[in-house]
Amino acid sequence: MQIRIVAGSNTAIYKQIADQINRSVASGELEVGQMLPSVRQLARELVINPNTVAKAYADLVQSGIVETQAGRGFFVAKRRQVYTKTERTRRLDESIQSLINQSFSLGFSTDEVLDRVRELFTKALHNVTESSS
Amino acid sequence: MSNPSAQDIAFSANGLTRYFGNKLIVRQCSFAIPRGTVTGLLGLNGTGKTTIIRMLMGFLPPMRGSSSILGINSQSLTAADRMRIGYTVEGHFLYRWMHVAECERFQAGTFARWNSKQFRETIERFGIEPSARVSHLSRGQRAGVLLALTLCSMPEVLVLDDPALGLDPVSRQALNETVLEFVESGDRTVLLSSHLLDDIERISDRILIMVDGRIVVESTVENLLNRLSTCTLELDEDTKTLLSIPGLVYMRRIGRRWTLTIVDMDSTTESILVSLGGQTFVRNQTAFNDAAMAYLSRTRGSNSFLSNKTSASASA
Repeated sequence: MQIRIVAGSNTAIYKQIADQINRSVASGELEVGQMLPSVRQLARELVINPNTVAKAYADLVQSGIVETQAGRGFFVAKRRQVYTKTERTRRLDESIQSLINQSFSLGFSTDEVLDRVRELFTKALHNVTESSS
Repeated sequence: MSNPSAQDIAFSANGLTRYFGNKLIVRQCSFAIPRGTVTGLLGLNGTGKTTIIRMLMGFLPPMRGSSSILGINSQSLTAADRMRIGYTVEGHFLYRWMHVAECERFQAGTFARWNSKQFRETIERFGIEPSARVSHLSRGQRAGVLLALTLCSMPEVLVLDDPALGLDPVSRQALNETVLEFVESGDRTVLLSSHLLDDIERISDRILIMVDGRIVVESTVENLLNRLSTCTLELDEDTKTLLSIPGLVYMRRIGRRWTLTIVDMDSTTESILVSLGGQTFVRNQTAFNDAAMAYLSRTRGSNSFLSNKTSASASA
């Protein structure tokens, strides 16, 4: 898995890392039980402060996407729900709100955004099916 | 790290103040930088960054206030204390006729501790041959030699005054790698001033932002971004209405469209903005560059933007 970060982006660097790992787990590129690079290793690779990587990993652990094994490192966790339905909905709404805000400021209509969401969703689901078959 | 003890602090300043003639350059600056961190000092040219660094290093006496490095008052640093401090500044002297390896041998004799391996590793990172003559090096490579010489004395803290000035992207990356490697052991500390916001975002734990001789932000990068919101809205109002918005750091207008950067925005502030902007009101997270620019853009004439809530200072 290749992680790329952009400094100066609207998305904080730790969030970019967490998002990319999250996406790789969802698409099956990273499999359950697979070990992630150590905090120090990834920080060196990306030339960023190790605390930023640690924060990304901590977020992934909190979301249940990654788990720590004492002294061994960080691993992709078995998929499970760590939030209540209400909390999941709240988190989803937060992401959708951010999408709506971006869409407004970039000047896309509701239909254009929805079409694009469908298109990318289909593509992502296709990737998951391909990698699991 | 909310209240680090004195021995956990690498650099501290308490009410540092300095005039040049009648001109007040550094005003009542106070901060405490914990050990084991990288802190980026941001500020426009002429805002007092170098003056504050020179006072911290004990090269310039403050007119009021005091500062310390590794718990030692800056004005009482002995030669032995200075061996524990690495300091580089743009334009430091190198003999142009020397070869790189000669620069190292020349300087090695003046330090009690010297690590030649560190020198070789650092110059290699900057793509410098030991046999190269200083006069043939690029600006970035000369900065690399200076940094390598500074690191050889095995300092506990590193003070870099605008080390990235005029460096090409490869040298900048080498500089960032070197800084991160320096703090990897966990107890060494870096304070660096820079104008390169992207690099500061990548490598810093904490930032200090100076505006007009004052420290207006002392915070972790994360805390700063968590506390700031960027809002856009369209309205015909004049600035007076917006100036009274609590926590306003900076605002910018293009036509009818206003972009506001607000610290610690709460629901009351949000409802005021919604009532002003209606459907056009949008709230977004703030990017690091925008956060820094919002503070840096506050010039001498815009002190009215300062309110109790806008200092965004945070010791988290």
